[in-house]
Amino acid sequence: MSDEHEHPHAGQGGLSELEARVRALRSVLAQKGYIDPAALDVLIDTYERRVGPRNGAHVVARAWVDPGFRRWLLEDATAAIASLGYSGRQGEHMVAVENTESCHNMVVCTLCSCYPWPVLGLPPVWYKSAPYRARAVRDPRGVLAEFGVTLPDSMQIRVWDSTAEVRYLVIPRRPPGSDHLSEEQLASLVTRDSMIGTGLPQTPEACP
Amino acid sequence: MSYRSHADLGGTDVRGRILPEPEADPFQAPWEAQAHALTIAMGATGSWNLDMSRSARETLPDYDSLTYYEKWLAGLERLLLERGLVTAQELAQGRMLTPPRSVSRVLKAAEVPAALAKGAPTERPVVRPARFTIGELVRARAGAIEHHTRLPAYARGKLGRIEANRGVHVFADTHAQGLGEQPQWLYTVVFSGRELRGEAAAAGSSVSIDAFEPYLEAGT
Repeated sequence: MSDEHEHPHAGQGGLSELEARVRALRSVLAQKGYIDPAALDVLIDTYERRVGPRNGAHVVARAWVDPGFRRWLLEDATAAIASLGYSGRQGEHMVAVENTESCHNMVVCTLCSCYPWPVLGLPPVWYKSAPYRARAVRDPRGVLAEFGVTLPDSMQIRVWDSTAEVRYLVIPRRPPGSDHLSEEQLASLVTRDSMIGTGLPQTPEACP
Repeated sequence: MSYRSHADLGGTDVRGRILPEPEADPFQAPWEAQAHALTIAMGATGSWNLDMSRSARETLPDYDSLTYYEKWLAGLERLLLERGLVTAQELAQGRMLTPPRSVSRVLKAAEVPAALAKGAPTERPVVRPARFTIGELVRARAGAIEHHTRLPAYARGKLGRIEANRGVHVFADTHAQGLGEQPQWLYTVVFSGRELRGEAAAAGSSVSIDAFEPYLEAGT
């Protein structure tokens, strides 16, 4: 495999060329009656503003404070997550995997970019990039180091490759010193990367 | 005819850094948001399924050089052209030149929230018992696969253990080829780092895939 680099903005085509190409496509599809342009606006608003990792943080914080919810989440994540209002496309079959003192979980989709949209939103660029997809299964410790995460050698690392329609949410360990925090305050410690497994939650000190 | 996916990257020696980024707008430019929405809206017309859509993207000849949403855009154009829903002239000129074909459904703005909330579950009723049980050793099918598949190359021929049974799901391989859902049992199969990568593997790591039953044989 040659050196593959995903440019964040534009690859072969320039930005204006891509904009023109998408505009042309949208016009043709609308004129032919295949799409409702107003539906596009709702879709864009949904994924830019309504769905994102704060949803997943809510799920994790609830699991940290409510042992009954945590059990439900580990047994039937789809239903437990739906009870908080998050469900549907690219989250139809959810599985929650819990970090413990002996095992750290990390999620990848080596074949494309499968990601649990209802709880995390759309994936960041690095998650979809060739280097992450290539190396997460080959050298997970090295990948974690690039995210600034160093785990003890004794910690087992489990990589979940989302190769079918099951979508995984990592439940990170609750940070030490967070006993006094409310569910909302706890949610603010839960980062997107900690729910993919390439990061750890913030500690209470780091959170004003 | 040989099928080649350019998307099967797991374990390959792709170079390049992984660049962490803050939680922010998932789109890098407005056209990306449009390409994403157009793909979902056209998917809702029922002119193809999700597995066909993945197949169209992963076999783009210039896959390696395209950014993520360029792949989505090129994949969408390809599906539209292949099905005669648009012509190349129409895409070039940005206007309708031929009569539309009929589609099964048009996603209206008011229906979007409900459609997204419902999603497209792939689990199907059980019609026969599962072949493998939890804890059983299995070996993933070896060799090249001449069609869309969700069995990554790095796992082929490797010995793993059934860790979970995820129920019966639409079989991506046949679904992508227009051969129907042919639902199959789906298992989480875990492989040790050593099995996948030999002695080079860092100690204490394992990798799981979600594997359809036809990908697996009893392992020894």
